[in-house]
Amino acid sequence: MAESNKIVNFHVTRYNPEKDVKPYIQTYKVEVTDGMTVLDGLHWIKEHLDPTLVWRYSCRMGICGSCGMLINGSPTLACNTQISHLGGMDITVGPLPNFEIIRDLVPDLASMFDKHASVKPNIIRDEADLVSRQGEFYQSPEQLEEFLQFTFCIKCGCCMAACPTLATDVRYLGPMPLTALQRYNTDTRDEGFDIRAKIAGGDGGAFSCHYAGECSRVCPKGVDPAKAIQLLKRKLVLDYLHLASKKQPCKKLEGPGHGKLLPNMNPPARTVVQDAPAETNK
Amino acid sequence: MADLHRHDNRLGVWGWLGGGRWGVERYAYILHRVTGLGILLYLLMHTVVTSLRVRGIYLWTDGGFLHQPIFKFGEFLVVAAFAFHAFNGIRLVLVELGFAVGKPIEPVYPYKTSLGVQRPLLIVVMLLAFIFLAVGGYNFLGLAK
Amino acid sequence: MSNGTKFWTWHMAAGVALLFLLGLHMLIMHFGGSVHLFAPHGSEAVSVENSQWRDAHTFFAITYILMLGVGLYHGLYGLRTILLELTLKPAVAKTVTAFLVLVGLGLFGFGSWAAWAAHTIAIAGGKG
Ligand code: SF4
Ligand code: SF4
Ligand code: FES
Repeated sequence: MAESNKIVNFHVTRYNPEKDVKPYIQTYKVEVTDGMTVLDGLHWIKEHLDPTLVWRYSCRMGICGSCGMLINGSPTLACNTQISHLGGMDITVGPLPNFEIIRDLVPDLASMFDKHASVKPNIIRDEADLVSRQGEFYQSPEQLEEFLQFTFCIKCGCCMAACPTLATDVRYLGPMPLTALQRYNTDTRDEGFDIRAKIAGGDGGAFSCHYAGECSRVCPKGVDPAKAIQLLKRKLVLDYLHLASKKQPCKKLEGPGHGKLLPNMNPPARTVVQDAPAETNK
Repeated sequence: MADLHRHDNRLGVWGWLGGGRWGVERYAYILHRVTGLGILLYLLMHTVVTSLRVRGIYLWTDGGFLHQPIFKFGEFLVVAAFAFHAFNGIRLVLVELGFAVGKPIEPVYPYKTSLGVQRPLLIVVMLLAFIFLAVGGYNFLGLAK
Repeated sequence: MSNGTKFWTWHMAAGVALLFLLGLHMLIMHFGGSVHLFAPHGSEAVSVENSQWRDAHTFFAITYILMLGVGLYHGLYGLRTILLELTLKPAVAKTVTAFLVLVGLGLFGFGSWAAWAAHTIAIAGGKG
């Protein structure tokens, strides 16, 4: 054992549907080295102590959204959590709450994916427009930024595990699907607002969110679902009161290059490099 | 395989409370619920009690049944609940109608969320509620003597 | 648009209305006595004399009814929201909704009747 190694107790939730009536906690002593993540710790257990331990992961780099777990009581990605950052000699690792457990640390995310599909997370637009190869949809950087943040979601389910409404309400769509809904509602290429307004305004829709804010607190990608849902509520209310300006879907620009070389199109400030080399295409 | 028993890991009403390791907005949310229920209960009783005056029954005046310290104290709790619910309600209206959550931003680590945007508002309304309660409580208990 | 949006919008509007109505209500009932705000008789704002004095004014009868209606809507909608979040069976959820609507309408009818009766009594009693 190298000198920097230390022993950390992993209190892991176990559940085998073939044998167990309910989950129980099993404690493993893990040799922790510098830079080890909780996911690495689980691998260490599987390799050295207990090959029966089951969890789900894939990318090990916070991209695939498979390894959402309840770590020290907070839903987060195991691959994105340094053991040393947690501090202390004891770590609890459990499956994401508000989902059914398939086995050990593996939650059944299907309920979330079904809800996601139900909010129509795709561009709804005149079919002819979509399939026609003529021209391209024009969307300015400003229009893109209205929803860009909400596209970073990796469907890990951490927000769903943190949400108090979902703790009791099976029918509530939840932060991830509602954020996806708002993302497509805001997309200028889309004209599905009325369809989605029915879904979002119905039972289990946006108004079951009470801004406890947990989803935004735990989201490992900074998606801020709580923000998306409040913006969604605003749109729904304005639409009901007939105060919303009816969104016109963006135009299709015919001809090559028309989508790119519009005059007076300023890039957003943050993408402008301060000491950019002098422009050469004048 | 498919009929293997799944364990339902839903947290239940305990999940509303969050098991004690969550953020301040969660506590505001749960207090908003509790105070709202309290005020509603009071409203139901208040409606009946005050309606009795039509029959000449004034339970709350000197010598009336409700003119006891315990009810005075209960009423103070209602005022406290109202103070919290009203001021937190101002914040919730602003937040839930999208006025106090900011615009979508680029998620750059360390992430900033709408929670931070509305946090000053939360602090201000809680201070106002406290001031309201301090002034009201002083007056209230003064009158109670 | 769907009904959820409609009911929630009015829930918010009712909340804002209550902020002003109940703010005024509590101001009068708790501080009115000492500054004689709508309470001309003695220092106790909720004394029989002062209650009847207010009852004699149509303005108060109407605001009482208004407050009751708005308060019941806001409160019972809130209660329904909480109850329905317990994942009730659809039939139970419907029953809860119907029950709360009945309670709301019943109390509103009773309270309005009482407020108006108190109004007429106070006028007849010449206490205004
Ligand atoms: S919003 Fe965030 S926490 Fe929720 S599923 Fe997407 S990435 Fe995960
Ligand atoms: S802000 Fe809304 S969706 Fe997010 S955790 Fe709270 S109640 Fe759930
Ligand atoms: S393993 Fe892919 S997000 Fe953690």
